[in-house]
Amino acid sequence: MELTGAEIVVRCLAEEGVEFVFGYPGGAVLNIYDEVFKQDKFKHVLVRHEQAAVHAADGYARATGRTGVALVTSGPGATNAVTGIATAYMDSIPLVVISGQVPTAVIGMDAFQEVDMVGITRPCVKHNFLVKDVKDIAETLKKAFYIASTGRPGPVVVDIPKDVTQLKTEFAYPKKVTMRSYNPVIKGHTGQIKRAAQMILEAKRPMIYTGGGVVLSNAAEELTRFTRLLGFPLTSTLMGLGGYPGSDPQFTGMLGMHGTYEANMAMQHCDVLIAIGARFDDRVIGNPEHFFQEGRRIIHIDIDPASIAKRVKVDVPIVGNVKDVLAEMTKLILASKETPDPAALKTWWTQIELWRSRDCMKYDRNSDLIKPQYVVEKMHEVTRGEAYVTSDVGQHQMWAAQYYKFDQPRRWINSGGLGTMGFGLPAAMGVQFAHPDAAVACITGEGSIQMNIQELATCKQFNLPLKIILLNNRYLGMVRQWQEFFYGNRYAESYMDALPDFAKLAESYGHVGMKIEKPEDVEGALKEAFGPELKERLVFMNFITDRTENVCPMIPAGKGLSEMILV
Amino acid sequence: MRHIISLLMENEAGALSRVAGLFSARGYNIESLTVAPTEDETLSRMTIVTRGSDDVIEQITKQLNKLIDVVKVVDLSEAGHLERELMLVKVRAEGELREEMKRMSDIFRGRIVDVTEKTYIIELTGPGHKLDAFLEALDKGAILETVRTGASGIGRGDRILKI
Repeated sequence: MELTGAEIVVRCLAEEGVEFVFGYPGGAVLNIYDEVFKQDKFKHVLVRHEQAAVHAADGYARATGRTGVALVTSGPGATNAVTGIATAYMDSIPLVVISGQVPTAVIGMDAFQEVDMVGITRPCVKHNFLVKDVKDIAETLKKAFYIASTGRPGPVVVDIPKDVTQLKTEFAYPKKVTMRSYNPVIKGHTGQIKRAAQMILEAKRPMIYTGGGVVLSNAAEELTRFTRLLGFPLTSTLMGLGGYPGSDPQFTGMLGMHGTYEANMAMQHCDVLIAIGARFDDRVIGNPEHFFQEGRRIIHIDIDPASIAKRVKVDVPIVGNVKDVLAEMTKLILASKETPDPAALKTWWTQIELWRSRDCMKYDRNSDLIKPQYVVEKMHEVTRGEAYVTSDVGQHQMWAAQYYKFDQPRRWINSGGLGTMGFGLPAAMGVQFAHPDAAVACITGEGSIQMNIQELATCKQFNLPLKIILLNNRYLGMVRQWQEFFYGNRYAESYMDALPDFAKLAESYGHVGMKIEKPEDVEGALKEAFGPELKERLVFMNFITDRTENVCPMIPAGKGLSEMILV
Repeated sequence: MRHIISLLMENEAGALSRVAGLFSARGYNIESLTVAPTEDETLSRMTIVTRGSDDVIEQITKQLNKLIDVVKVVDLSEAGHLERELMLVKVRAEGELREEMKRMSDIFRGRIVDVTEKTYIIELTGPGHKLDAFLEALDKGAILETVRTGASGIGRGDRILKI
């Protein structure tokens, strides 16, 4: 039987087992929406802005490991989605974004709501397609899901002109797709893995450095086994948190610009560095020239060959899926019956404990003002460390990463690469759809939350019981911090004036609003919000925090890991 | 260092802009880029001349390989290869110049492919430096117009770029 292009789109999504489509209708996608209306295979979530549709699909993908799907119309619908797409691209999140396009006959005519979506998104997608023939829809969507979810994952845009959704053709969804130009490597090179294992066994001052790749490849179990077997210290990037239990003593904390003293020092002074699914980016190692250390050897495991030797030269590159490579390496080490020099490892740990004793994460616990760190610590306590936590971007993001000890992967969801303010709330919606019974919190700032605050309406419509933790310091805090440190206290445009009454605002959307101004009220408020009585409600907690608190420690941009500003 | 990179890619709309976009987005330099379909019309072959340190060239080849439409990438300058470029030069061909231009064209093994009372068009192929040398050798005032294709390259002997 012949189906229209729109019917085919919907059938393909059902065939892929899609549960949720986050979207916003418009002229160019009316045919598709008509078919969405007629089906019951997946649920459509109407957001209030296309950026939020993509962030919600992204949050869903990060929390589940499955491919998120967003549907937007042409022109402004498509351009609004671009920030979300770029966010997913920088953090390697699998998404399929379907955008409507003006009819093929008027493409290039500056038609109403026309933009060159394929052109605009080219630099921020893993791949994109313009489907010009109804016969190509099914195969293109199959390819889109395949490309998005395999290798180093990423967003794929499929742009479909309106007339293509109207025309009819026979429908058959391909079972499998193979592409001669795209064959990601999964298994690591055995010889290289052997070399790495040997180097690991000979290490005197080893350090494991993990990133988002561990989470993306579902390798937390393999990583934990590998790390415990060797007894090595481990650090993680912002994106890798939860890949190894954050409360484990072998975990030295997050590294990088706002990482711990012990993690950064161990990173700099180790003799064998094992980088796993991480990419040595500027917020992690600072300046590559300062990072260079004579005599230190580097093993780098990553599925993307282009991430290896991009910023830092390595001694043993291993291209492959982190999960498979770690399993093979652990097997080799076990089979060798050898262990790294225990005396050397003990000396190394003594040194690390000495660095750790600097207690770089301490803050004033006797303040009359609410310290943002305290709120996150209390929240960790109240949620027993089991919540899914999304964040926006800025100081609150760093405090969330530093003080919420993530013991499991896919619990910490934030925009690491692009640093997108406005990510937290819509991403939390996606997480809550994926895990309807779980506690989902969004830690945010008064700057960030206002960038997608309209989504409180979506939360009401779909009864999403999110807990919004607003650390309100009446400043664009991270900007203010840089201005304090590096711009002579000239706070150019970094204050937040004319703020709404957030509790009332939340109430007007039909949610529960709270305002917390004293440290002694923090715990009670959190217990109430996460407690059984408000389990079904969205609670918006406006914590009025110390205005001038800074994120410490800090490595100034362009400096090296051993040049930290401590408290 | 100058490198000449050759690649096979799916002959699809937008494939060229993915490569060109990659170079501009990542700040790589392109000296020339040529592209045309191969005998297998589903594939295009592209030759890119670029400059960069070994690290940059390594990144360029990796990033090119990462493009979904790209099937194969080879750095021809790693071993024996040939490169050729085509140039068409329109020159003044009046009076004394008429003989002179004919002679210069012969010396450089060019061919005169268009003749008018006042002008010649000379066709010349060869490595880029030969074309440069020809232009150097001509009287600047006599050159009316030039057009060059950019280099196409191929590996010598057993080095074959095919899928």
